[in-house]
Amino acid sequence: MSELVLPGGIAPHRINAMILRYWYLLISSWPRLLELIYWPALQIITWGFLQTYISQNAGFFAQAGGILIGAVILWDILFRGQLGFSISFLEEMWARNLGNLMMSPLTPIEFLIALMVMSLIRLAIGVIPMTLLAMIFFDFNIYGIGLPLVAFFCNLIFTSWSLGIFVSGLVLRNGLGAESIVWTLMFGVMPLACIYYPVTVLPHWLQYVAWALPPTYVFEGMRSLLIGHVFRADLMIDALLINVVLLIASFAIFLALLRSARRHGSLIQSGE
Amino acid sequence: MMKNGTLTPQWPAANPAGSAAIEVAQLVKLYKTTRAVDGVSFRIAPGSITGLLGGNGAGKTTTIAMIMGLVLPTSGRIQVLGCSMPEQSAEVLGRMNFESPYVDMPMRLTVRQNLTIFGRLYAVPNLRERIAKLAADLDLGDFLDRANGKLSAGQKTRVALAKALINQPELLLLDEPTASLDPDTADWIRRHLETYRKVHGATILLASHNMLEVERLCDRVIIMKRGRIEDDDTPDRIMARYNRTTMEEVFLDVARGRIKEGAS
Repeated sequence: MSELVLPGGIAPHRINAMILRYWYLLISSWPRLLELIYWPALQIITWGFLQTYISQNAGFFAQAGGILIGAVILWDILFRGQLGFSISFLEEMWARNLGNLMMSPLTPIEFLIALMVMSLIRLAIGVIPMTLLAMIFFDFNIYGIGLPLVAFFCNLIFTSWSLGIFVSGLVLRNGLGAESIVWTLMFGVMPLACIYYPVTVLPHWLQYVAWALPPTYVFEGMRSLLIGHVFRADLMIDALLINVVLLIASFAIFLALLRSARRHGSLIQSGE
Repeated sequence: MMKNGTLTPQWPAANPAGSAAIEVAQLVKLYKTTRAVDGVSFRIAPGSITGLLGGNGAGKTTTIAMIMGLVLPTSGRIQVLGCSMPEQSAEVLGRMNFESPYVDMPMRLTVRQNLTIFGRLYAVPNLRERIAKLAADLDLGDFLDRANGKLSAGQKTRVALAKALINQPELLLLDEPTASLDPDTADWIRRHLETYRKVHGATILLASHNMLEVERLCDRVIIMKRGRIEDDDTPDRIMARYNRTTMEEVFLDVARGRIKEGAS
């Protein structure tokens, strides 16, 4: 049987095989599925009530309806996008299956593409119910943002993949001892990405660091849209350019860490 | 022929005339200051079963891992089925497979799901039929739809072997294929490997601690100690050289440094 192979030797049938592997895993365990929905739902309910309380007592927030809920949903796209990517990767480490994969014809790029698709699937399972809850209980329709939402989403998911690729490389090289980075790295980005406040709140020197992160542009763009009703396409283009650099860099780092793992024999000792 | 791990020829003449399934030349693997593999060279003929023997830490697993491309050598050359490893691994990985106790099949997935995924990764044609054939050959039928994590050690080994055979590999690398199995299951696995080699003309390289297994299966044995090749020949000739009647006795002689007078 001759299977389709794309330029660069990328074989869709191998990507499909890996997506099927993670899909089987996902549907084999209802707690895993529930966990995907549980935390985002909890987040939106907590922040939704906080938003309701603040808008009843503060004029600015009353005018900028949904600014907190919108930020929570976009933050969740960023956070869950990276987790969805990294957890699928960790499944291979937990299952001690990485050797089987690395010894198979699966290439690193095919493996990473499968992880990206899985992050989208896991994100859809968690975030779509979250947005419906926001609509039903807090009268906030994120889909009402329209096309700018696509720009926000793409930039956030690209950043989440870059970080996911980077931390997966770290775990590949250093074993499950580095697993905690998967869960905590994004929280390091959180204060700098200015999710709930404008960049101008940060000290002047820290603003340079914040503007190096694509999510900062997205959250600034969201505030501009919700408060000033202006879509800042320039911010989205800047974010996209930084994302391209980040994706290329993270892929190069992943390959370097994979090579280092091969040099140090980490692939045959994928424990702690 | 080498002695006491001091001599390692450039290309041992297992099959000097024909092309080799595996060619390894002056292979070295250094982990910081430890020489896990120290100047190993051998050449394995197509269609043969070769045993890689040695105590713990002898360098067997590292050697096999380097042949598979999972570990990069510090120096030396590896050719597998005519391709340089790891540079040309993309061309050869689909024609080989392996089984090792150091890797597992995903536990939550059923046997059928696991075999389906690996079958797709290897682009196996008529995958359903192939899985059905493997299930019949390796007696997996009773637990094909059971999660891998719920199988006994013997059943898991059979499933791992089914995964290793899913693409009908020309080259099969096995790291302790019958470790922790009861004698009946182990014998059963050996018979299957013999049949597979006969039917498909496949080359098998196996690392083992089980000397009976080596005597029974292997055309040739490479004994390693402290990262070096200590001896390399047919089991019969090695036993004769050491004046021993079993490979187990030879193994103990080598492990304890009791090299026989007549050995040359």
